[in-house]
Amino acid sequence: MRALNRKLLRDLWHVKSQVIAIVLVMASGIATFLMSIANLDSLTATRERFYLEYRFADVFANLKRAPLSVGDDIAAIDGVGILDLSIQAPMRIRLEGFDDPVRGLLLSLPDVGSKPLNQLYLRAGRLPEAFAQDEIVLGEAFATAHGIEPGGTLSGVVGGRMETYRVVGIAISPEYVYQIQAGAAFPDFERFAIAWIGRRALEAAYGMDGAFNSVALSLAPGASAQRVIERLDPILEPWGGLGAIGRVDQLSHKFLSTEFDQLKTMATVFPAVFMSVAAFLLNVVFSRLIATQRDQIAILKAFGYGHGAIGRHYAAMVGVVIALGSLVGIAGGAWLGKLLANLYMSFYRFPYLDFVLAPGAVAAAVAISLAAALSGAAFALIRAARLPPAEAMRPEAPPRYRASRLERALPRRWLDQPTRMILRQLSRRPLKALATVIGIAMAGGVLTIGMFQQDALNYMVDQQFALAQRNDIAVSFVEPEGYDALSEIASLPGVLAVEGVRIVGVRLRAGPVSVLTALEGQPSGARLKRVLDTRGTAQALPAGGLLLTEYLATMLGVRRGDLVEVEQLQGARRHFSVPVAGTVQEFIGINAYMDLDAMNALLGEGERVSSALLLVDPPQQAELYRLLEDRPGVAAVGSRKAAIDNFYNTMAESLLIFTFIATLLAGLIAFGVLYNTARISLGERGRELASLRVLGFTRGEVAYILVGELALLTFASIPVGWAVGAGLVQVIVAGLQSELFRVPAYLSTETFASATMVVLSASLLSALIVIWRVRHLDLVEVLKTRE
Amino acid sequence: MPNPEVVFSARGLTKVYTTGEVEIHALRGVDLDLYAGEFVVLLGPSGSGKSTLLNILGGLDVPSAGSVRYRDHDLSAADEEALTRFRREHVGFVFQFYNLIPSLTARENVEVVTEIASNPMPAAAALALVGLGDRLDAFPAQLSGGQQQRVAIARAIAKQPEVLLCDEPTGALDSETGVVVLQALSEVNERLGTTTVVITHNAGIAAMAHRVIHLSDGRIVREERNTARKAAGEISW
Repeated sequence: MRALNRKLLRDLWHVKSQVIAIVLVMASGIATFLMSIANLDSLTATRERFYLEYRFADVFANLKRAPLSVGDDIAAIDGVGILDLSIQAPMRIRLEGFDDPVRGLLLSLPDVGSKPLNQLYLRAGRLPEAFAQDEIVLGEAFATAHGIEPGGTLSGVVGGRMETYRVVGIAISPEYVYQIQAGAAFPDFERFAIAWIGRRALEAAYGMDGAFNSVALSLAPGASAQRVIERLDPILEPWGGLGAIGRVDQLSHKFLSTEFDQLKTMATVFPAVFMSVAAFLLNVVFSRLIATQRDQIAILKAFGYGHGAIGRHYAAMVGVVIALGSLVGIAGGAWLGKLLANLYMSFYRFPYLDFVLAPGAVAAAVAISLAAALSGAAFALIRAARLPPAEAMRPEAPPRYRASRLERALPRRWLDQPTRMILRQLSRRPLKALATVIGIAMAGGVLTIGMFQQDALNYMVDQQFALAQRNDIAVSFVEPEGYDALSEIASLPGVLAVEGVRIVGVRLRAGPVSVLTALEGQPSGARLKRVLDTRGTAQALPAGGLLLTEYLATMLGVRRGDLVEVEQLQGARRHFSVPVAGTVQEFIGINAYMDLDAMNALLGEGERVSSALLLVDPPQQAELYRLLEDRPGVAAVGSRKAAIDNFYNTMAESLLIFTFIATLLAGLIAFGVLYNTARISLGERGRELASLRVLGFTRGEVAYILVGELALLTFASIPVGWAVGAGLVQVIVAGLQSELFRVPAYLSTETFASATMVVLSASLLSALIVIWRVRHLDLVEVLKTRE
Repeated sequence: MPNPEVVFSARGLTKVYTTGEVEIHALRGVDLDLYAGEFVVLLGPSGSGKSTLLNILGGLDVPSAGSVRYRDHDLSAADEEALTRFRREHVGFVFQFYNLIPSLTARENVEVVTEIASNPMPAAAALALVGLGDRLDAFPAQLSGGQQQRVAIARAIAKQPEVLLCDEPTGALDSETGVVVLQALSEVNERLGTTTVVITHNAGIAAMAHRVIHLSDGRIVREERNTARKAAGEISW
């Protein structure tokens, strides 16, 4: 090995603790980048393969009921590939020992042969026998949540009759990778089931002989989904068509895409933070290393090493750090990516995971860190190469200090000499101090992002369920019922309050834009479900206008006073125009609200409600559930609170992991920056501090000079860290706006406090190390050697 | 007796530095010829321009005005690359503070230079020449000041340079250790015929030179030739 290479390794070994800090920060950047990319690529690849192999449809439509012969008209549409006409029937499931209401969706399977689209992947068991009346295949999420296996049974009310089915298989479908009930904010694997049953059996149970109420179709190569939808809707309209949608609007697919977008944002934000911090650390450490090696550079030059050779030597040192960071980062990223992808697999129902760690992503990660590292170290490297040998030979000129502005502003007697030294040190290199402050602030920022998810979720749930939706139970009717149904329900035991709402599927149009959504009529003075304005206060529903979710108003491009065309997709299918009376702030879904009476007047079907919202007395809840389930005309009973609790339980683990990782990484950044700052201060000023010790300063007084500097930098960084966190959250939130939900850029006081605590702890740890080092400062040795 | 062949030829050398806010006139018109195989001592108080002159002769620095030639190379007109080549091929340096690379052993410190030289002697041989044949694998921190300086000399001579430039080689050493270092320098000068220039403000050392040049305030004020040179062992301070 050449002597210079040996020097390189030994020099790096000499600053190993700092090198380790940089390697870890850099590795964290690479790891988070690769983790997000690998997770995203893996999930995308898995989804693509699953969709392809199990023939996920391109266009979907639901309707009330149409004879199978209508299928010929659909098949004749130009651009339709494969057509799958099926039956969907709601089911009220009864589970032994589980009191909460459970909804199910029964989907028909061809009695002979396999499903042409949205095929099933069997996890266990088998498909129902041809024409079997009582065999079902149960969706995996629900089966797992309740420990149901093939051989078990499932009972419930279908089409008004109690049925008991034998579970013969457990399956997943590309249609329900993200298994969520329409209209729900969160998935609930315990209270929502998907099951598949032979067509003949479902026809009989749901009275759909020779008919269908669900269409799925694939497109012929090159065909446009939009064109097919435009031709399909008029065909289905007479049969109660609810408006066809393309794959992009399919619920499961849409949720997945939204999550993937979020991952993409994460794959940018986190690594950007880490890489900029790593670049900064490299700059600090190498500037210092090169400064201490001025004379060595000089001697190498004196003996005939050129600019290039010197530059290459130090660049190679940076290279070793990058190589180490990359290796650790790639290994960590691959491991974390797999871990994360598997974690996601517990939310998504994929049959398998195609783990992808693209060589391109690895190359990109290394290239990004190379760019960050070299840009960080470039200045120091250029200085090292350019240093004229004769100048390098002389000790560095004493740095020029000035009395800082702060110092001049304060009365002389307020500041002792050590404090003066701190202030002058900081003001001599304001840029370095600023960079340090920003570096520490990044740690606060990372932690803020880590905890933001929980904050946003809490805030959304709080707003939605504590302020807006305060009912315990929602009872939906098979067909809209008269207002008298409400007083009847109110008389049931345990019911404290009842309010009726009318929800109708509609297509809203404003100019060329049309959106499929639900129109909800609420009684005036509603207390259980309220519409909130942007400030979170309840808003009265205007008699003659629509209140739109802000996001929906933006989609439609309408403002207060503009007319919106409403096309009713159920019942009488009326068309009417209503002015927009205002917008409301909602985080989940897109909705249109109207006064119930005004809405009923427009729909012309009399005073009707489609759901009842109930406030109930908890001890009587189980009893009430039973009474409601047995009441004729009830389609489903839903407990929103139970759904939220369940969701929190499901999310808790992953949120905890996420917060833990973020805390770890934030601590790492804070410690990396602070420790390096302190070590370098100590290195640069060892002589000065030893001289003070010789002059009679105590260890504590000397340590104060270093620790005081750290403390000032830390305190300055705390508010900056809050700002960085809030800024990063804005970036993330901007990437998370969709029809499904809008994540509020909300950060709790606890989050800010935690970020502060982590930064302070890292600072304290660095300070302790510095104090320990100061205690072991060898006075004689430091003074004897030449600076 | 020195060969009359001229190795260095300087005319009207001037050097002005700007350090911080201060302008320093380090050399104010120096004319000088150095001959092959000559052992020259540059004497003068601190700030007299000795180091600046040595740095310019060694191609570490360039004059602000005037010319300096090494044989057929015009050093005053050379660019950084040419100066680097000149130092690599012809010059060995020894400095007051040894300037060893602390992370390398004695042998490796020498190898740093032999690895890029065209006709070096083995690193071990160079160290043996300065009496350190048994400390090859010691790190600088494990060597005394005198030993470190001898490693520096070994490093300077290992490539068998034509010129050896020493800036206060004994400045940081006590008399006894200094003598050992001077003996090593004298040995190299005699055995290899290396033109040797030694800066010192220790007048005693001047007794071992062929020629003594006195500098003061950036000018050569006096020059003398020793008719009877003392051996290094006879010097003390």
